[in-house]
Parts: sequence; C-alpha cells; structure tokens
Amino acid sequence: MLSRVADSIYWMSRYIERAENVARFIDVNHNLTLGEDDDNGQQWAPLVYITGDQGLFKELFGTPKRDAVLRFLAFEPRNPNSILSCITAARENARSVRESITAPMWERINRFYWMVRDASSGDAALAEPNGFCDQVKLASHALVGHTYTTMSHGEAWHFSRIGRLLERADKTSRIVDVQYYHLLPTAADVGSPVDLVRWNALLKSTSALAMYRKTHGRITPDSVADFLILGRDFPRAMRFCVMRVQESVSEITGSRPGTFTCRTEQLAGRLRSDMDYTAISDVIREGLHEYIDRFQAQLNDVGEALHADFFTLTSEPETQRQTQPQS
Amino acid sequence: MHYQPTGYDESFESTGEPRPACREFLRRLDAVGVSELGRRQKEAELQLRNSGITFNVYGHQAGVEKVWPFDLMPRVIDREEWSQIDAGLRQRVTALNLFIDDVYNDRRIIADGVVPESLLQSSTTYRPELRGFSPTHKAWCHISGVDLVRNRDGRVYVLEDNLRCPSGVSYVLENREMMKRTFSQVFHGVSIASVDEYPEQLLETLLSCAPPAVRDPLAVVLTPGVYNSAYFEHTFLAQQMGVELVQGCDLVVIDDVVHMRTTQGLRRVDVIYRRIDDDFLDPEVFREDSTLGVRGLMRAYRAGNVTLANAPGTGVADDKAVYAYVPEIIRYYLGEDAILHNVPTYLCDDPKQREHVLANLHDLVVKPTNESGGYGIMLGPHATPEERAACGDRIRSDPRNYIAQPMLELSTVPTLVDDDEPPRLEPRHVDLRPFVLAGQDVYVMPGGLTRVALVEGSMVVNSSQGGGSKDTWVMRA
Repeated sequence: MLSRVADSIYWMSRYIERAENVARFIDVNHNLTLGEDDDNGQQWAPLVYITGDQGLFKELFGTPKRDAVLRFLAFEPRNPNSILSCITAARENARSVRESITAPMWERINRFYWMVRDASSGDAALAEPNGFCDQVKLASHALVGHTYTTMSHGEAWHFSRIGRLLERADKTSRIVDVQYYHLLPTAADVGSPVDLVRWNALLKSTSALAMYRKTHGRITPDSVADFLILGRDFPRAMRFCVMRVQESVSEITGSRPGTFTCRTEQLAGRLRSDMDYTAISDVIREGLHEYIDRFQAQLNDVGEALHADFFTLTSEPETQRQTQPQS
Repeated sequence: MHYQPTGYDESFESTGEPRPACREFLRRLDAVGVSELGRRQKEAELQLRNSGITFNVYGHQAGVEKVWPFDLMPRVIDREEWSQIDAGLRQRVTALNLFIDDVYNDRRIIADGVVPESLLQSSTTYRPELRGFSPTHKAWCHISGVDLVRNRDGRVYVLEDNLRCPSGVSYVLENREMMKRTFSQVFHGVSIASVDEYPEQLLETLLSCAPPAVRDPLAVVLTPGVYNSAYFEHTFLAQQMGVELVQGCDLVVIDDVVHMRTTQGLRRVDVIYRRIDDDFLDPEVFREDSTLGVRGLMRAYRAGNVTLANAPGTGVADDKAVYAYVPEIIRYYLGEDAILHNVPTYLCDDPKQREHVLANLHDLVVKPTNESGGYGIMLGPHATPEERAACGDRIRSDPRNYIAQPMLELSTVPTLVDDDEPPRLEPRHVDLRPFVLAGQDVYVMPGGLTRVALVEGSMVVNSSQGGGSKDTWVMRA
C-alpha cells in the first residue's frame, strides 16, 4: 500500500483512540467528584497531567477548575489533544484515505465527528459529561467493530491496529503513573474508604474493574499494577497492546517468529519479550514511575522506527509530521 | 397534486397532464403525498451528512466542505428520447477523438479547409508539446461529460463538451443509492436503466488503454488532494474501482517510468486517471510552480511508458470557439449529420459575427472560450448596462477569447420546496451531464447528472452557486 495511506490510517486510529481515552478520563473523574466538595479544584488537576498538556492548560486557563478542565479536554480547539481536535484530525486523516477504508468505517468516523461537533456547541455535555463520554466511547468502539468486520485484515488493517494499540498502551501507562503518584503517599492505608474509591476509579477508567475482580479478587496496589501493566489478556493492559503491536508488525513484514527485518520489528519484539519475562516485583523494585518512564520512551522509539521504516517518502525532504505530544 | 409548469417541463405537458414516461411514477408519488416527501427529503439530507457526501467550495470560510444538495424528485427521461441522445453522444465523442488526433498529427481537417488553422494557433489549451504524439488506441478523451440542456422549444442542445476532467459522475451513483435507501417504494413497478456499471466500465476503459507492452497494468487515480472541490469524487472512483488514490507526492519518475511509493518500496504505475489540470501535471513542462504534479511525468508519457486519462491536450476540442465547428467536424470524419444540436454560436473573432454580438448584447449570453464551470459568463438579459458595456470592451480587446449564444430557457422538473410553508412541488430549471467513456469501445452511462437551480427562476445550476442535483431515470419500458 501507499506509504502516505499507511501513515494516515495509523494516525486516524491513534487519534480515535486518544479521543476515547480522554473521554474515559473525564468520565471517571466526574464520577469521583460527585458528592465531593464542589470547590475542590485539586480533583481536576490530575486529569490535565494525564493528558500531558498541563503547560498549555496553565497558559490558557490558569488554575485547573472543573468547567475549564472539561472544556479544555473535550472541546478546546487550541488543545491538540481535546476530543474535538482528535476527532477532527482523525476525520481529516480518514478523508485523505477515504478510498482505502471501507464505507461503513468512514460513515462511523463522520458520524462521530458530527456528534462531537454538535455537542461542542451546546452546554449539556459540560453540565453532565457522562452521557457525552458514553457516546464517545460507543462511537470509538463502533468504529473498531466496523474496522474489524468490514476491512480485510491485511496491511492497512494492521497499521490501523498498531496505531490504536500504541496509543492505548501510552494512555494506560499515563493513567497508572499519575494515579499511583497520588495514591502512593497513602499506600500504607490501603483499605481505607477514600483510598478504595480511588483504586476503583483507576480500574474503572480503563473499564477494568470487573475483569480485575475476576482475576485478582481483592484490590491491592501490586495486583492492580500487575493487571494494568503486565496483563496478558486484558485489552487495555500495556503488555496486551505491545503483544498485538508486535504481531501486527510481523504480519506486515512477513518475518518468521523470533527474527526481524527492520528496526520497528526489532524494537517491538524487544519490548514485548522484555514484558513477557517481567514480574510485577521487578517493576516495583525498579520503581513504578521509572519503569513507566522507560516504557513510554521505548514506545516512542517504536513509533519513530515505524515512521522511518514505512511512512517516510525517502527521496523527499522531511514532510510535515503529525504530532504525538509527550510531556 | 398541485403543480403549475411555467415553461417546458420534463414531467408534465403544458396541459398539466403527466408525460407518458412519468405517469407510473407520479401515480405512486400521489399515493405517498407531498408532506411525506418532505420528511423523506430531510432523511436523505441527514444520510448525506452522515456518509460525508460533500463538495468543497473555494473561499468558503465556515468549513470548506458542504453537503451535496440533493432533491428527491427524479428527472425522468423517455426511452426513445434517450436512445437518440445516446447515439448522438457516441457520434460526437468519436468525432472529437478523431479531431484531436488529427490536430496533433496529420492536420487533414485544416489542409482540407474545414477548420481554420488560426483557430488552433490561438487556442490556449492546444499543447504544442504533443505534436506528433498519439496515445494507445488513439484515445484522447477517455472520459467526457457533455452538458445538455432542453430549450423552451423542446429541443435538446449540447451546451459544452467537457473533455478535460469532467466531474459529477460519483454523485450520479450516490444519488441513485440515496433514492433507493430513502424512497424505495417509488421504484416498485417502474423499470429504470442501471447506472451501477460505471466503475467497472471506467476501470475497463483505463486498463484497456494501458501502454500496449504492459501485460498486467496497474491503474491509479491522481488527485490534487483533500481541498480540491471534487475530492469526494476522486476517493469514490478510486474506491469503487479498487485502485490507489495517489497524490503527486506519492509518485516518482525514474528513467521515464512512473512509480508509486509503497510501504514495500516502489511499484510501477501504468495508467493514471488524473484529476489534475494539464497546467499542473508536470512542473518540468507546464507550470513550474506546480506542487500537485509529478516531475518528469510528461517524459514518461511521451516515451509511451504511462497512459494519462484524459490525455494532455484534449482541451483543444472543448474550446468554445472550436465548439461552433463540431457539426462540421462530425460531418468531416464520420460523413454523418450531427444527431445532437449545437446552440447557434457567434464567434467574436469573425468581424461580421462580432458586430452582431456587440449590437445585441442585451439578448445574448457571452462566454469566454477557455473557461469551464460557469466562470466569466455574461448573461445579457440579466446584466446591467454597465456590465454589458464592460463585456463589450472585453470582446473588442480580445475577440478570440469570446463567443456569444442566444439565451436559452432551460426546461424544468418538479422540485421539492420546503421552506417555512408546507412542502410543495415547484418547477425548477435543470441541465443534464451524461458521461461517456471512450477507449477501445464507447460506453454511455444511461442518464447522467441532472443539476437543478434551486432558486426560483434561476438558470445557474452550479453546485458552488446554489445548484442541487437529482436522480436521473432513463426508463427501460
């Protein structure tokens, strides 16, 4: 397939996944703040940290307050990672490769876009974000479903999956990182009611609570970290994402298992086998924050290699690249 | 159903009786009712928005994309009449292809004094770079969209031959799809010629015109990109044919062979359905500042390593001054009388005809010879005295660049009007753009794109200026 098309399909999926994750963050945080002291601005600050856009937020709005944070994350056009910006970028990418995706996929993205656009012009989504966040998640899942069922599982499909799962792995790692930062000071008090609410929220923001319970039962910090970082079967776990990314890269290159023909494949394979043979006690020993930092850097390297191996138009000077903002 | 035709109406006789081809459809429509029609119309509009069937308007601020305006009331064409039009289109496109090939090669038609040499020398769309070149099967205009109108006299006229990059065919297919999805019951019991074949025929035309040495040719569609007004159509056609939609930056010419850049390296390209104007195709030969085209593309083309559809240089035959000669061109190459009528045309380059035009500006439509899309046209009866005077000055300073024609009154089709009042049907003026494919064989798509001026009394059907479109039914029985 065309390099430009592969590039756009990859970013289309990334942006959709990013929009979905922002909706998850808002949704869970909104639930957390319900029944809490209304003026407690602190409750909304971590959200801006998760998306990594605290600098821009401060510049535009100053202190994180509920409405400003919600607007910033959902509809602010100057925030390149707001839901509206993400879906707009996803749609622009989809539009530039409309012939390469299927008609139902395009229609899903298009409806998704209009749904967010329409919501952005009213106040309902900010007053009661849950309904809006549900719609965003649903629209994203509908697109993933249509992609799975209407597109041949060939090269384009794999690039789409790589985009989606690299983004998801990154977002899960951020949410784990930030929430642990807030939870660690009270880690000694595991089991206290307030704390439990936060742990619950962490699992819920990745839709992981029910699945976690089935695997681990009681909530302990180590088990939650294990589930979200090294989980093999849970689709939002970092390792799950990395495994599928590595599989998709091999499908594209056609390399035999355990071998590599390009840098992307080498880096993805290395990250995967590292996670395959890591226990959560290793992560805790290294320091959770340090481990996640290193993970994010490796993930970025995979993304960079992918760009160099498949998307770059070699005889052309560096064309404008899409952004992958990292804090 | 209350409906009052004002001039020649496509669906109703002047007596108010339905025309025979429309009878069955109108009977079914009566059972549905106009208010239900209004509801379906809204449904169709939502559907169009959701599926992102749009066109881009240049210089339009609030979001460049606009949803394609579509009117649910179809335009119906009688079977007998269509077979005449079909034959006329085949004849016309065949003759124009022969004309273009002759003009770039032997120039018999000039030697025989049928067309003056000066006409070509002064044509801005004539490409001297292609002198002595002949494409595969001598096919120059693989895809044409010939604009037809019906005047108040009931006759169908050719308004212009679009032989460069005519657009609109995707909307023909989408309009039919939209009709079937939102208004299925009106199709029961009527037999309508299918338009679904077009993508297959287009692909066949493109592949059959590949350079002869290529065994298993690869075709692509070349687009200027997402901001082009017809971008939707480019994606649509590429998708329907299952070929890649490429931009100039995706292609590279190495040793006079065109390649596209893929994730697995370079891949040879044999046929390019290009939706970029000649001027922008290759900065090496045409406009140097073009970033849309491909450097070296014309070298590859002249070396016979790639087919371009349409061929560069076809514009010479849809120059509006050449248009006036088409009946003679048909007679010269085919020995037949033209089946489709030309609109009487005054060439301002000819002193006598110019005098007539300048004396009758208030009755005439003046058009620049090399523009398309309705740009630069002066409608005499509707213009102010100042506008007419300015037009006269332009004609005097560059007579070759202008032609004039009598003002036609386009026929109407019942169209749903749904403003503040209850929905109702009113006559609105239409034209028709059928699409013709010409490679080894000629294929005429039944019907074509019916464009409608949605503003009461207006004759401007361009979608950028308040025009909409309708499904076009060619009856099979």
